Amino acid sequence: MVSFSAVAKHYPGGQQALKDITFSLEPGEMVFMTGRSGAGKSTLLKLIPAIERPTAGSVVVNGQNVGALKRAAVPYLRRNIGLVFQDQKLLYDRSVYDNVMLPLSFSAHPAKEAARRARAALDKVGLLARERANPIQLSGGEQQRVAIARAVVNRPGLLVADEPTANLDAESAARILDIFVAFHQVGVTVVIATHDEGLVNRYGQRVLRLDAGRLA
Amino acid sequence: MRAWLRHHREALWAGLRRLSYLNAVVVGIALALPTGGYAVLESLRPAGARLALEPRISLFLEPELRRSDAEALGKRLSADPRVETVRFVPREDALKEMSAIQGLSEVIAALGRNPLPDAFVVTTRQDIAAELGKLPGVAYVQADAVWARRLAAAAAVVELGLSLLTVLLGAALVAVTFNTIRLQILTRRDEIEVSKLLGATDAFIGRPFYYLGFLQGIVGGVVALALVAVALALLNREVATLAESYGSNFRVGFLPTLEALGALLGAGILGWMGARLSVRRHLRAIEPS
Repeated sequence: MVSFSAVAKHYPGGQQALKDITFSLEPGEMVFMTGRSGAGKSTLLKLIPAIERPTAGSVVVNGQNVGALKRAAVPYLRRNIGLVFQDQKLLYDRSVYDNVMLPLSFSAHPAKEAARRARAALDKVGLLARERANPIQLSGGEQQRVAIARAVVNRPGLLVADEPTANLDAESAARILDIFVAFHQVGVTVVIATHDEGLVNRYGQRVLRLDAGRLA
Repeated sequence: MRAWLRHHREALWAGLRRLSYLNAVVVGIALALPTGGYAVLESLRPAGARLALEPRISLFLEPELRRSDAEALGKRLSADPRVETVRFVPREDALKEMSAIQGLSEVIAALGRNPLPDAFVVTTRQDIAAELGKLPGVAYVQADAVWARRLAAAAAVVELGLSLLTVLLGAALVAVTFNTIRLQILTRRDEIEVSKLLGATDAFIGRPFYYLGFLQGIVGGVVALALVAVALALLNREVATLAESYGSNFRVGFLPTLEALGALLGAGILGWMGARLSVRRHLRAIEPS
């Protein structure tokens, strides 16, 4: 599903964010990526949807070498990856429902099918009742659930979440992680970066530890 | 195919919603100048062409010349193979024509007698004015073709000026659209960034902006045509008075339908070009990080 081999990333100015990263994820696997802030978790996750490109080594997602992907091919790669961010990146000029509909507007779904999918995704995160609300009216945990609904509405095979619980209370965080586990259980490959080791241990999934840009 | 149509329909609506009517008015005012100038020029063209195509030579006869000598001269002119038509204008008729012009009748009445000579109006395609002037009994020759040519030359200068103006204001339209789209892209930065993260293609994100540029050009063109129509209506009131004093019913006509549609389409295409330049430059600069 995802495989990194000898991946390095440095930013202009000499800062080395990742060094010699090699690992792979089997389809349907769920993995936590831990490490202190600045350890390179975000950089590593950004290589998967080609938000960043590796300086050396290769990143292969769904059989595609992401590092060598043409600019025009990147959108199609991203449609198969559900992305969840620490700052949900919701659009506050439209309703919860319209936020979830956004990824469907790019692709060729008939309008009825798109509406059905958006409602199904909102139902899965328990927010169907709030579809008319503006995201700004929702709590942080609820906003993150909207972001998850938006990430899964295209039914991607891979979910990538960068610190999805960072700003949430323990109860909301647990609820978010339960949703990811539920997607893992129906066969979706899930990668979650977090600095909260306590949370990770509770789920007993595979853990990749990053320390100063290396896998420990 | 249906999805493609739907994407375009949605982009068209998005473009319409983003349309700033104030910008369209600015575009319209810029376009009104060359459009109006073109309408005036097109109206003048038939008159100018007629003058240039049928060069006329007026032969004014000596005032004391007898009518019988004039008739003999007429026969001689008619016999000349280079002359196409000959029309005799008796001095009485010339006087009547002149008296009809406002203000002149009093002057003529004060003179007490007819100061005008008999005349021939000859049309010819050849430059024989000087030769005709040497005929016996001819006092003065006026070749109308000369000022017709001058008029045509002046029209050409105006036309060139108008073309330059059109190019200049067309460039202004592109620039205005470029800037409109730039501002639109900047205010929608978040939406564009999120859309890129979720897998929207550049074509998809750019499409509403292309429509916006095109529509802004079209609406600007409509504003320009409306301004020209109003301006011509006002102008024609004055032109009518002036033309009637010359015994003409000349009016400055509106642009022919085809030209008007062409102006609209041209404005739309220029708007689209501005949008394209702006999208290429500014949309690429927004990349999620």
